[in-house]
Amino acid sequence: MSTVRFLKARDIAPWLEELSRDFTVLAPAQHGSSIVFREFDPARGIELSQLSTTPAKRALLPPCETLFEYETTKTLEPPYKTSIELKPTLPEGKSVVFGARPCDARAMQIFDRVYNGDQVKDPYYTARRDNATIVTLACSEQEEACFCDRVGGSPVDATGSDILLTPLKAGYVAEALTPKGEKLLKSTSFMKAEGLRQEALNSRNRILEQVPERSSFLDMERNLLSLFGDLGFWDKTAEACLSCGACTYLCPTCYCFNITDETRGESGRRIRTWDNCMSSQFTLEGSGHNPRPSKAHRMRNRIGHKFSYYPQLHDKTLACVGCGRCVSNCPVSFDIRNAVACAIQQAGAIQEQAHD
Amino acid sequence: MVQHTQELRKLIAQALPELDVVLAWTSGSNQLASAPLFITAEDDLDKLDFGPMHVQNLAAYLPSLKGRKVGIVTRGCDSRTIIELLQEKLINRDEITIFGIPCTGAVNIRKVREAADGQRLRSVEAGKDIVSVTTDEGVRTIPMQDVLMEKCYNCPSQTPLIHDHMVTERNGCHMTGEAPESTLDKLDAMEPDARFAFWEESMDRCIRCYACRNACPLCVCKDSCVAQSRDPHWVDLSDNPREKLMFQAIHALHTAGRCTECGECERACPMGIPILAMKQALNRRIKHLFDYEAGMDMENTPPLFMFRQQEEHIKERDAR
Repeated sequence: MSTVRFLKARDIAPWLEELSRDFTVLAPAQHGSSIVFREFDPARGIELSQLSTTPAKRALLPPCETLFEYETTKTLEPPYKTSIELKPTLPEGKSVVFGARPCDARAMQIFDRVYNGDQVKDPYYTARRDNATIVTLACSEQEEACFCDRVGGSPVDATGSDILLTPLKAGYVAEALTPKGEKLLKSTSFMKAEGLRQEALNSRNRILEQVPERSSFLDMERNLLSLFGDLGFWDKTAEACLSCGACTYLCPTCYCFNITDETRGESGRRIRTWDNCMSSQFTLEGSGHNPRPSKAHRMRNRIGHKFSYYPQLHDKTLACVGCGRCVSNCPVSFDIRNAVACAIQQAGAIQEQAHD
Repeated sequence: MVQHTQELRKLIAQALPELDVVLAWTSGSNQLASAPLFITAEDDLDKLDFGPMHVQNLAAYLPSLKGRKVGIVTRGCDSRTIIELLQEKLINRDEITIFGIPCTGAVNIRKVREAADGQRLRSVEAGKDIVSVTTDEGVRTIPMQDVLMEKCYNCPSQTPLIHDHMVTERNGCHMTGEAPESTLDKLDAMEPDARFAFWEESMDRCIRCYACRNACPLCVCKDSCVAQSRDPHWVDLSDNPREKLMFQAIHALHTAGRCTECGECERACPMGIPILAMKQALNRRIKHLFDYEAGMDMENTPPLFMFRQQEEHIKERDAR
């Protein structure tokens, strides 16, 4: 049976300070008018009242990471050959993500299938992943843009978490779900609380009861594929889209990257940075040809990837966790929930026509 | 329904048969969000709405629709963008039909959130002088004066400077009272070191999504932007504030003397970085050097689009 402890709200900061000695601790903090996951700093505090603006994904997929450093040397004699010395830079050190939401933690399992699969393992990702402990805070309610329930999750889902915190009055019930989580709960910041297991469960059930009954976005990967050739539909869907990348960079499940060499003089580093499929450069080929020339093509890819291609490859798991960050932060209020609902409807109409 | 919306619908309905699309506003997924509406059929008109919560500068879509017959609903500030686009020949006057509507100001939803003390907003309703906000703690009213977009406080023209049709069921109304301290005011009061520290701290949260650039109606080299160009390699992709600030400096310089300060860059930023201030600072300099304001006169030429041997307002050795 897993360990259960209680953490008083006022003991969070001291606990995170204690953790900071051995771990890089990422926690949501107010930054300007946004809430962002950043390294815990007691002076900045933590902000748990609302879903953070940025997701916790940077813990596993940082916006920019060095793959290796290099230095070139030319021989002094002809033919002036250049030699390159490479310095590997695997990520080191352990990290704790504190205050991820169930959607954030669940999203990390979506990366696992890609970067830590049976056939391909990304050494940078797996090093970070193995060294990361995820402390998830169950949501007390769904926010306006949230739709985790429609994509296979829930506001209290523990998937992908090492510890699940359930808010009660004056503090949090902490339940360890993995050996990594067990270790963290050994801290003296926690109080004994075996008796609170049932109360936490009741509290989570009350939250679940408030989740509205609404249509699911699961099992629609074939439906979406039937719309692939209907560019008119995608044109209409994407007409207001600015083709910026706000939705993908704020998405806890988007994992695409760019690799560039950033050189200064004789030395430099090869870095991997976030990239996004809403940008026209994303698929621009060296020849000048672009297979996704318009924002409609790009929107089709974003929605198709999350709700069709990924689930087809990965046991029907959607590559969307319903956090709603793309909805609440889009400059033109694009709502992926409406787009997917319209796609389901449109695909249904096509099927009916086929039967007639 | 509000009368001016009714009149607007009527005007558009009459012109629609001659047009490919009309750009207007609708409400987004909730009352806090406005969204651009692309009207192609009369049925779409049911969704049209306009009030202080409808904020996007629709002129941003015009260059990408060049070659088609486009109608556009336009407030005073947006008409300056249209004029600027016309001056730069990025759009053709004979292809666009402008439906003018007087504006009483647009709401900055970030300010509303701040005024609600971080309480989660359930709904927002904008009246003439007040904004009513429903939070978990109940309803509270905030003076409109406190939550307007920065551009609204010094708006030179609530009524569009150019239009083909005009909504008459509405009067623009100048704001009364003092404008709150702007980011530019705050930056002006700082020593250079503090100012740089401000930008370093702000740019630290930039996620490089380029919503600022893509929302900018005057950013027209989108697909060959220096932000992603490797040759020239002016901006590298390292995640540090200096590289991100470098991009903002380039963006600001590209729009110097062209920017009509519509504020879409800052509004679109999902991280709430106050980047409009950079453009305002450059525009102030343009005003000082060339006595020029962007988007006010269709017959004029933006100062950085021409060369005069002797500028009227620049005395030699006084080119500050």
